[in-house]
Amino acid sequence: MGMAFLLYPTHVFLSRMVSRKLKIRLSLLAGILSWLLFTFFDLYLLFVEKYQINVDLSGLLPQTFLTTMVVSVLFYYRYTVTKADSINFIDLLWQVFVTGLVTTIGSLIIRLFFYVFGNSAISENPFTINFLYHILIGLVVIYLVSTFVVWKRLIQYQKSKNLIQLWTLFEYVLLGSLIFDLFGNKFLSVNFNAALIILGGLALILAFNLKWIAYLNFKQKWKSILFILLSGIYVYHFLLNLISFSQTNALNIDLLDRVYFVALFFFIILYAAIAILVTLFNLPTSSVFERKLQEAIDFQKLSQSIPAGQSAEQIYDILLESSMSAVFADGAWLEIRDIEDTLITRDLPEEAVIDIKASVRQEYIRDILEYRFNKDFLSQKVIGAINHPDYKSIIAVPIMVKNEQKGILVLLQEVGDAFNREMVEIISTFVSQASISLENFQLIGEAIENERYKEQLKIANSVQKSLLPSSLRHNECFDIVAYSMAADEVGGDYYDIIEPETGIFNLIVGDVSGKGTSAAFNMAQMKGIFHSLAQNTNPPEVFVRQANAALSRCLEKSSFITAMYFQIDTMANELSYVRAGHCPALFYSNSSRIISDLNEDGLGLGILRNSEYDQYVKQHTATYQSGDLLLLYTDGITEAKNSDGIQYGTERLRTSLLNHIDEPLNDLKTGLIDDLMKFLKDKKLDDDYTLTVVRFN
Amino acid sequence: MVEINAITQGEHELISVKGEIDASSSIELDNALKEAAESGKKILIDLQELDYISSAGLGVFISYLEDLKKNNTQLVIFGLQEKVQEVFSILGLQHLMTIADSKQEAEQLLNEA
Repeated sequence: MGMAFLLYPTHVFLSRMVSRKLKIRLSLLAGILSWLLFTFFDLYLLFVEKYQINVDLSGLLPQTFLTTMVVSVLFYYRYTVTKADSINFIDLLWQVFVTGLVTTIGSLIIRLFFYVFGNSAISENPFTINFLYHILIGLVVIYLVSTFVVWKRLIQYQKSKNLIQLWTLFEYVLLGSLIFDLFGNKFLSVNFNAALIILGGLALILAFNLKWIAYLNFKQKWKSILFILLSGIYVYHFLLNLISFSQTNALNIDLLDRVYFVALFFFIILYAAIAILVTLFNLPTSSVFERKLQEAIDFQKLSQSIPAGQSAEQIYDILLESSMSAVFADGAWLEIRDIEDTLITRDLPEEAVIDIKASVRQEYIRDILEYRFNKDFLSQKVIGAINHPDYKSIIAVPIMVKNEQKGILVLLQEVGDAFNREMVEIISTFVSQASISLENFQLIGEAIENERYKEQLKIANSVQKSLLPSSLRHNECFDIVAYSMAADEVGGDYYDIIEPETGIFNLIVGDVSGKGTSAAFNMAQMKGIFHSLAQNTNPPEVFVRQANAALSRCLEKSSFITAMYFQIDTMANELSYVRAGHCPALFYSNSSRIISDLNEDGLGLGILRNSEYDQYVKQHTATYQSGDLLLLYTDGITEAKNSDGIQYGTERLRTSLLNHIDEPLNDLKTGLIDDLMKFLKDKKLDDDYTLTVVRFN
Repeated sequence: MVEINAITQGEHELISVKGEIDASSSIELDNALKEAAESGKKILIDLQELDYISSAGLGVFISYLEDLKKNNTQLVIFGLQEKVQEVFSILGLQHLMTIADSKQEAEQLLNEA
């Protein structure tokens, strides 16, 4: 009730509260008054008849007040008996049981009276008999009508349009029978039988609506069997009592002459009998039902942990289909707000969506429909009524992805009050399942551009960049520039130069097999080896042998490093070098303007991991002159392929070098790279590539 | 990317490699070589249809050289395309592997050994 306060403006809420209470009180008052008047006039008529007083009083009067009493009691219970819900089935039956108990005790007291006073004058007095009979009528009416209302609630649990129509018909015929009864037809007369057959037929059809039984668990089923059985005993007792009165022939009005009551008795007994039978037959299966339910819950838990393999569209379809069939919806739509908005409707024109949204009264549902939902999900609150020509009931469930409302699922029914909480529970299960699948999509999408992963690679990238020298050591005898680019965030190319003694420079360019992270680690090892073994003027062949021995111990079996190692002696204008399996450097002679490959024999580092390696190390020495140029590169350049699958190759590199040979060293380097890029067009490089250019002055 | 077929031909295992071997497809070559090495037979590798081999692919060959030598298993590769041949020789592998021009020559080399 506290929540209801929030939903309605206070005055509306109060007026509704008051009018409901007022209705209950008024109907109670009308019922008591009707009974008093009915008793008074009936006994008065008896009095008139007995003493033959000439009073013009119609016999219709007590009949009318009996009818108004029945109607009042009916209204009273319609207001007080709550709607059926899975949690209150047993409460409803308990209500029937208690009402029956109280009224039956009343009825027993009446029987006790006759038993005690036996054949005395007082018990044979028609006034006494009729007065007590009226009390009994009051009790019977209370019990029959209250039970009738409870049965009605149970029958209308998960109602359909057809059921409502049939029930309405049944109620109208019952009302008709009340009026019919005013004319005092005798029990089992032709008219009486005809009316009874119609009512009995309707009752029989309606009595097979027992959906609520399926929602009882094993214990509840036993309880309901007990309660209904006891209700049957009350009815039996009432009937016995009524019949014994009937047999006294002293009655002015006999309840059993009224079709309405006989029909009510029949209906109540029939429904009780069928309910007991169905419950009994359902008993053995209830444990299975409960287990299946648990299985379904488990299944949901399980499936939530597995990323679904379907597309988002498939998930939307499954969600709509399963939700609609679960609640017997007449129409539905699904809305998703993403980069692209999605609206899928079922049995509903798209234009209707706006109208339906406008016809929602509950604020809670409005918030969901307007994507303002940020509260705790309450299943009873997402059920609502709408003021729309085609639809009367609505369920609106928010679709949440990572605590953010991404969409709505709306289900519609043509009849009012068509949905209940169980239905919402099922729907929200489906929705949460779908939400998780959608979340998975999002996660997969995000994983591709995962921020943290990228962050880690950035760190690796900057660490690796720091492994390459930021400035290249040289003196006035030569200039040196270098350029390196990795295909991935981290690469395996290496170049460096150190000056162990004035005028002597050790220069290396290396390429670690493979690429990516593992190549980068090996490159770091290479740098360590270079900086520890090249800090002296040992000739290149010594360095290469030592480097091979060192790398043999730390490289994994399938890794190797190719390198070219140079020692530049700027005092002697001499260049000595070893090619360790690396692609041959190009040497440009300024005097002859000829490029030659430094393709002397050599073996990659780490290929042969013992002293046998040493025999393949061949050192060469050359002299250089001013204007001569040395181009070191890695195979990422010569093996780069364009979209036609053609490799850049050494020839193109040579041509490119000749074209830029007279340019300043930095422009030459840029020119070489530009030529390569022009050849590749838009194709991305899939290997690391490095250029180092030395020009002698 | 790569298609590798291994068959037993009498005294030796014949592995034919077709396509390109890069870091990802080098695993298939590794599997084929592993099986051949375990058979203990002489190994003949047909590279006539190998269009490209990356350093990772070469690493696979290199990783078996030592073991094969230790077990005295003969391995001959043949039919290298010009570019592939160049890659092998730049690295210096011709010193460590027996490389033949044709299958006939390769078989002859195997039988001599």
